[in-house]
Amino acid sequence: MENGIVLTMRGISISFPGVKALDRVDFTLRQGEIHALMGENGAGKSTLIKVLTGVYARDEGTIELDGVPGTVTIHSPQEAQKLGISTVYQEITLCPNLTVAENLYIGRQKGVSVPWKKMNRDAAALLDSLGIPARPRQMLSSCSLAVQQMVAIARAVDTQCKVLILDEPTSSLDEKEVEMLFKLMRDLKARGVGIIFVTHFLEQVYEVSDRITVLRNGQLVGEYETASLPQVELVSKMMGKELEGLSQVSASQDEEAEQAEVLYQAEGLSSSESKPFDFRIHKGEVNGFTGLLGSGRSECVRAIFAADRVTGGKVIMDGKVVRITKPIKAMKNGIGYLPEDRKRDGIIADLSVRENIILALQVMKGFFRPFSRKAAEAFADEYIKALDIKTASSDTPVGSLSGGNQQKVILARWLLTHPKYLILDEPTRGIDIGTKTEIQRLVLDLSREEGMSITFISSEIEEMLRTCSRLIVMRDRHIVGELKGSQLTQDQVMYTIAGGGNERAD
Amino acid sequence: MTVKATRSRREPLSNSTLLMLVAIGFFVLLYILSLLFLGAGFKRPSRVFDILNDNAYLIIIGCGLSIVMITGSIDISVGGIVGLIAMFGALFLRDELLPIPGMAPGLRIAMLVVISVAIGLAFGALHGALVAYLDIQPFIVTLAGMFLARGMTTMLSGENKQLLTGSPVLEILSKRIDIPWLGYDEVNKIRHTVTHVPAHFEFVIIAALLTVVAVAILLHKSKLGRNFYAVGGNRQSALMLGVNVRRTRFLAHLISGLLAGIAGFVYLWHNKSGNIGGASAAEMQAIASSIIGGTLLTGGVGNVVGTLFGVLILALIKPIVTDASALKGFEWLSKAWWQQIFNGAVLCFFIVLQSVVLRFRSTLRVRKSEREETVSG
Amino acid sequence: MQTKKGKGAAFLRRHAQLLIPLIPLVILIVFNLILNPAFLEIRINEAGSLSGYPISIFNNATELVIIVLGMTLVTAVSGGQDISVGALAAIGGAAFYRVLKMGNMESAGTVLLAVLAALGITMLFGAFNGTLVSVFRIQPMIATLILFSCGRSIAYWIAVDPNATFESKLVSNLAVNLPGIPIPTPILICAVVGLLFFLMMKFTNLGLYAQAVGINQSASNLNGINATRMKLLAFVILGACCAVAGFIRTSRLQLISYEKQLLDIEMDAILAVAIGGNSLGGGKFSLVSSVLGAYTFQTLTTTLDVLKIKSTDIRAYKAMVIILLVVLASAPVKKLISRLWARLRSREARGAAPGAGAGTPEKGVQ
Repeated sequence: MENGIVLTMRGISISFPGVKALDRVDFTLRQGEIHALMGENGAGKSTLIKVLTGVYARDEGTIELDGVPGTVTIHSPQEAQKLGISTVYQEITLCPNLTVAENLYIGRQKGVSVPWKKMNRDAAALLDSLGIPARPRQMLSSCSLAVQQMVAIARAVDTQCKVLILDEPTSSLDEKEVEMLFKLMRDLKARGVGIIFVTHFLEQVYEVSDRITVLRNGQLVGEYETASLPQVELVSKMMGKELEGLSQVSASQDEEAEQAEVLYQAEGLSSSESKPFDFRIHKGEVNGFTGLLGSGRSECVRAIFAADRVTGGKVIMDGKVVRITKPIKAMKNGIGYLPEDRKRDGIIADLSVRENIILALQVMKGFFRPFSRKAAEAFADEYIKALDIKTASSDTPVGSLSGGNQQKVILARWLLTHPKYLILDEPTRGIDIGTKTEIQRLVLDLSREEGMSITFISSEIEEMLRTCSRLIVMRDRHIVGELKGSQLTQDQVMYTIAGGGNERAD
Repeated sequence: MTVKATRSRREPLSNSTLLMLVAIGFFVLLYILSLLFLGAGFKRPSRVFDILNDNAYLIIIGCGLSIVMITGSIDISVGGIVGLIAMFGALFLRDELLPIPGMAPGLRIAMLVVISVAIGLAFGALHGALVAYLDIQPFIVTLAGMFLARGMTTMLSGENKQLLTGSPVLEILSKRIDIPWLGYDEVNKIRHTVTHVPAHFEFVIIAALLTVVAVAILLHKSKLGRNFYAVGGNRQSALMLGVNVRRTRFLAHLISGLLAGIAGFVYLWHNKSGNIGGASAAEMQAIASSIIGGTLLTGGVGNVVGTLFGVLILALIKPIVTDASALKGFEWLSKAWWQQIFNGAVLCFFIVLQSVVLRFRSTLRVRKSEREETVSG
Repeated sequence: MQTKKGKGAAFLRRHAQLLIPLIPLVILIVFNLILNPAFLEIRINEAGSLSGYPISIFNNATELVIIVLGMTLVTAVSGGQDISVGALAAIGGAAFYRVLKMGNMESAGTVLLAVLAALGITMLFGAFNGTLVSVFRIQPMIATLILFSCGRSIAYWIAVDPNATFESKLVSNLAVNLPGIPIPTPILICAVVGLLFFLMMKFTNLGLYAQAVGINQSASNLNGINATRMKLLAFVILGACCAVAGFIRTSRLQLISYEKQLLDIEMDAILAVAIGGNSLGGGKFSLVSSVLGAYTFQTLTTTLDVLKIKSTDIRAYKAMVIILLVVLASAPVKKLISRLWARLRSREARGAAPGAGAGTPEKGVQ
């Protein structure tokens, strides 16, 4: 093996029913480097990590580890750990009700009793050496998320790991906490640990990483030196569009929508999860929040629907000031919301397709006025047909449908309520290309023919350009620009996202 | 945030410790108030001994339940097991079951202890296997265990109550330490008279307190004990941290069964009889005691010292209500129902307190971190 | 899906849950028929009322079935169980007795008032449980532990007398037979409660909302369902069920014993819900299946009775049956069975020759 290389993955392929999740992907990690693994949703980042940690078995390809002869096959996370591959996940996999020291050493001590004194001493030394601001005897739950994250890293490092995988470690941390984490990462790098850093925050990548590997749609786009790859180019590589020779998307955006009256307007709206922002949408307009994952775009639309606790701001709908504090109030005002996390917030998995479709309309109609079975079936059948939902019958539990069809069921749920304003957060995520186009076409039809206002969020820039006549660009939880008309080009969007400057930085 | 001298700083109280301290404080307050207002009965040290004697078996199963609850499980069979062993033991010690002629009474008792432990372990192993390895809901499993134990109790005996009267073992089991100088005399107010009643120290107290100490050490000092907490705190994380989750859950139930076995013998030892419906609802009282002592049914939080005081708080209610009903204006308290109603009220108080404290503390923490954020930013 | 066969399969799939209590029920009935071919016979006795094992099963299961209906709802929406139902039934019975005592026991008005009083007070206590669960977010079992531990004493407080007996022709008619009607009255009351639940499921969205909240509270909230209110409602309904069960039992015995009234029915009810194939973790539920579970449970009791097993010992046998049921229904065992089944079928498919050989190693193990 070449000197200084700790991990080589060659030609890794893996398939799931219907999808090729990874297609001959190569990945190389050197000693003492921070290597960012980048890609939008469905690019295959987490699949690659899971192959490396033994959660998935690869179909093809080889993995070579420094100090281990031949190719290795990893069967379980425990085995990965033994080989020196440790992972720290975004969701902290420690026990909040134990002390910091216990979390560092539980499950890997010998003997019957807990040597508290020695354990606390060792923990103090370890925490000190890594500069982690935690006390060994402190309950883990009393630490901030960042410190918990760092404790998890300390545990991983203490097992003599050669490869440390950090899977989205910064997504729930604030700037100061991120700084602390980066300092720790640089320390570890100096000790020769190879770090794989999975993230979607561009600036963090440039701040801390040495090298970037970009994946897209399960394929390797390339490996680059961070210093020699401009941010805009990285964005374009992630999104799969070359900067040069971009076909201009026809600016056939309905300018008249701008003239139509404002349907919904928010001033300084904020929620427990989002910072105050202004927003408006016109009748029959399709607009969108864009920005990378975690930029705060979902939190904004959740605030509009009152999915999170609304903490302030003024909302005007149809010229009247309304107070939307609960989802039911938003629904009564004619707002529909297709949530980003389909499994957690969208489908009610064990209920039938029919019940899932009629749910929102049923709730609006009232507790004492259930639809007759016949009416419910008629609604369900109408939308199963209209949206071409592939299901054995309307009685099938929605959880047994494919992702795309589950999404259509939720879409049907909201279309059935005939909303004036429909919010679609990542409606096309993780679904096949055919369904994607169907949903895009549907969005345009609804706005043009029925005059519905729609806010559309997607990680795929192309999709946004094709459907939206106005884009609100977000970065790091702030609105950094608004693009419309001739500004709606891939270049412009990418420049704005990458912080390349737009005249309307807020 | 710097590392500097913060290490020597004392850690803030954990939720469990806080709730335990509330329970201890509540007990002390209750006792002091009783001393102040209820007169003679509470001034006698023998009252404390009586409470401990009567509730020794509850303390023991309370310890078992705390372990199970810390692991995030539940065991509602323990009362049934206690009843079964008490009934079995009564018959066994009277030589009606498995008679071995000419066996010394002391040896017979020793044999019963072994059998009690074995029965308890058998139940615990059954529960543990079904819960941990077959992933069946602990509530249903231990409910079946309770039915099994109670059904076997009635099968053993046609009579409602089996006394040890007349058995040679009674003499041994009745041994206790009388402490005259802690006793009292209502009539002559002096010691060494016929009317003098010494304080009784039964050996069951030693069994109960030893159990508390042993379980406290197990929970705090042993790897297994910490694994109980880890599994109860977050089962998925515990697995990722390399804890053998299935074995840990199995052992929790096994220990709970073992302690129920010991408690069954202790119950017989103190009451000198086994009866159908004996120790009925003891499991619920033990659960209530654990909760009052700061153990959460959601798992991961709890300690046995709190459980001990939980048992004592519930045990205080009976003498308080009885003594209070002797006071002028409180005669209505002599009605039999008040005791249980106060029981429920105390339990309700602690349950709501827990819910409020936990939520308040978690919002407090969020606010605190938010404040720190705004100060630093 | 329009073919007959397809419809049949769809029907079966939709009602597969019913098989979970039905299979043991059928086995029990067949077992009884072998012991006693006249097991299913129904006669009219001298008093002009129906008798026979089926009738006694229906009759004796009344209280259980009524409570199971409410328990199923609570389980579905809260993902936990109410262990205070026995105590609530005692409270209901006591309130019924107390009001009855105050008026003319033979007048229908008094009886009605007494029933209403019982309903009112248990629904109030149900609301207490519901508030703890929904507003204070306490686990149902812990929240209801409070009334479990002191509810029976509250019943004592209400009834005053530890073994309060009374004599009323009208009330005894309610517990046995109304004049001229051969069907025992409790069965009729049970049917009425069942009908009320049916109407509630048909004319409100209780079923849909309860399942939605139980399966995915976050998604329900985003669809405008008020989860707190649904949980509260479920506990109040269960409270009402307890009152009816308590009133029936009190009428049957013409006695309210605060200690013994429907003792341990909470355990039986939770088991019936589980035997009915409903998840104790909440979510999707089937009332019909739960009711079948209750009747299965009662048939088991009756069968053990027929076998001359002492009523006090029955629990031990029940426990063994339950353990067997839950073990068979547990995920690892199911997986094992399906794997064995698949292997058996693949062997069959491969022909007789390897099949004959396959028998030997198994024998060798023994």
